[in-house]
Amino acid sequence: MKRVIALLMENQPGALSRVVGLFSQRGYNIETLVVAPTTDPTLSRLTMSTEGDEKVVEQITKQLDKLIDVVLVTNLSESEFVERELMLIKFRKDSFPENAFQDSNVVSKNDEVINVQVVGTSSELDALITEIKGSNPIEVVRSGSLGISSDKNTLSIEN
Amino acid sequence: MLNLQKFGVTFKRNLMDKSNKSGAEALIHSLHLEGVEFMFGYPGGAALHIYDAIFNQNYVDHILVRHEQGAVHAADGYARATGKPGVALVTSGPGATNAITGLATAYMDSTPIVVISGQVKSNLIGTDSFQETDMIGISRPIVKHSFLVQRAEHIPEIVKKAFHIATTGRPGPVVIDVPKDLTDPEYKFEFHYPKEINMRSYNPPTEGDTSRIKEAVDLIETAKRPVIYSGGGVIQNDASDELIELAKLLNFPVTNTLMGLGAFPGSDPQFMGMLGMHGTYQANMAMHNADLIIAIGARFDDRITNDPKQFSLGAKKIHIDVDPASVSKIIHADIPIVGSAKECLSALLLELNSRNLKLNESDISEWNKQISTWRDAHGLNHSLLELGPQNGKILPQQVVQSLYKETNGEAFITSDVGQHQMFAAQYYHFDKPRQWINSGGLGTMGFGLPSAMGVQLAFPESTVACVTGEGSIQMCIQELSTCLQYGLPIKIINLNNAALGMVRQWQDMQYGGRHSSSTYENSLPDFIALAESYGHVGIKVTKFEDLEAAMKECVSLKDRLVFLDVDVDPNEHVYPMLEAGNAMDHMWLGKEEKTWK
Repeated sequence: MKRVIALLMENQPGALSRVVGLFSQRGYNIETLVVAPTTDPTLSRLTMSTEGDEKVVEQITKQLDKLIDVVLVTNLSESEFVERELMLIKFRKDSFPENAFQDSNVVSKNDEVINVQVVGTSSELDALITEIKGSNPIEVVRSGSLGISSDKNTLSIEN
Repeated sequence: MLNLQKFGVTFKRNLMDKSNKSGAEALIHSLHLEGVEFMFGYPGGAALHIYDAIFNQNYVDHILVRHEQGAVHAADGYARATGKPGVALVTSGPGATNAITGLATAYMDSTPIVVISGQVKSNLIGTDSFQETDMIGISRPIVKHSFLVQRAEHIPEIVKKAFHIATTGRPGPVVIDVPKDLTDPEYKFEFHYPKEINMRSYNPPTEGDTSRIKEAVDLIETAKRPVIYSGGGVIQNDASDELIELAKLLNFPVTNTLMGLGAFPGSDPQFMGMLGMHGTYQANMAMHNADLIIAIGARFDDRITNDPKQFSLGAKKIHIDVDPASVSKIIHADIPIVGSAKECLSALLLELNSRNLKLNESDISEWNKQISTWRDAHGLNHSLLELGPQNGKILPQQVVQSLYKETNGEAFITSDVGQHQMFAAQYYHFDKPRQWINSGGLGTMGFGLPSAMGVQLAFPESTVACVTGEGSIQMCIQELSTCLQYGLPIKIINLNNAALGMVRQWQDMQYGGRHSSSTYENSLPDFIALAESYGHVGIKVTKFEDLEAAMKECVSLKDRLVFLDVDVDPNEHVYPMLEAGNAMDHMWLGKEEKTWK
């Protein structure tokens, strides 16, 4: 089962390598990984999705929590949450599947190629890729999953 | 002659010195303010400003080792024996990489050490400059934390944080990597040492999550076949008194892990001996048949559980550990209690003492009788010396028993890795915590001699013996020179079987006796001549009749390092030994004898 873990870590050199290193060191698999500074410039927020049973994910969150640079960790998939991913796709103009997209999806266009952007859950994006396979997209780029809980809980050092 | 007049002198800590300092001076002064008496190290280009700052002060003594691995092991041995953080200083590049085995050793056994590594100048980092290596990167998986200093002014705060992190929660090694330009004597700044440190991302449990204590006591009251299983965490956290009080109050049998030996007195009848791979028959049988296991500061390592799926299936587990990630990692904890061993045990004792405790006393008494029966049937024979020579040879176990006898069981024993380590663990009854110092987690050959240096410096008047083998001792033998320079009268007890004994044992048991690369083909050095060439005393023993007199002489030479080289029976195996991939009651008890059909 796919799990999404979000964490806040000190925005300083070396912090990311500790998080990523932990995964390879302990034999955990990372499917996607997204990291960016937060509105508090001293903190970065990192979202990762991974496959694993409950026990493995419990170990992962505990081990992440032990890292000195990690301030807070949460397993978003423990309760209801929103997961979104951004995907960019490049088509040759002559094989662009117009019916699959709306104009608002198109982010650039010239005589040769058209780029579109799509936002959705990872499984929606997986389904879309299958759907447009016949149009031979020449490049597909995915951002990896972001997540936010559906309830009033926030991942923040304020509360 | 003991050359320790420099040591043991307590300098009043110079807390008032707030004059401007260079990065190097700030570093050394910060160490001094942390109470560091000794540091172990080896100089080199990137660390030379720091070494110059060491030269110009009297607070922190520097011990020059012969290899950086020795420096880190010595700091580790010092930390294990004293409970205070050990410090090592190395230069960049090869100095840093040579420190890696020492760091990994400390990491696996959770010992508090701080390793300071010189680094090339900031503007050279990343350019493949001379003696450059990415110390932060290379040490990342084997440290609790690490710091790359980016401004000289940060040094005091980083040192404060490093010691805080190394010594609190589950202890562990911390690296401080210092680029050379940040220790430049020409650049000085106002020195402030922080009084306390507050890290929003690091709040180790101190008081302990004791909400589960009542449940634990409820379970204790129902137990009929209980076992107390304690590990290195009890020693690290100085919780031995509480452990003893608990065991005595409940009259529950106790077993210790390899790392936990000494937390409960080894000579106490309630003690079943070590458990696990080479644990005693009674300890492993008790674990397998228990209905309650109280695990304290132990982590259900694979050398304990054997196959976790078949591990003590009938027992409920109470697991006390300061590291939340250790709880339910291998074996599910029915009652997890996250907190320091001392706090949790105190809370447990408080709850036990406040209740009108109803234990299943008759069942427990039956259980203790069962354990005695197991002990009588297949327990270790602690009177092997009385048997005399066996087939004309000295048994390695007899050497350990002789050492125990001559040191009244009071010596600090360090060890390397292999058969000799297991014989020492099995046959020297450790009555006190911090008396037994060995590389349990990583299993580092070469640990014994340098760690003994750290212990001997901390306790100059005590007997410190390194029980080793002719394989392990050669891995850090260069430190014999360090021992001469600082007059460290360590007793090296070399169980010489002219083979890599544990490798050979596995080859005997699992590889049809094919001794692939586990013997030396007459290439061993003359250890007596070797010891003498380093300025020490060497004593050779080849006959059982000479063993006890030689041991007596060895221990009585208080001011000299003695290398006691004893030829032991090369065919001896360590037993009991768990059968791989099975439950804890599957043990080899001898070459032909096993507990299963």
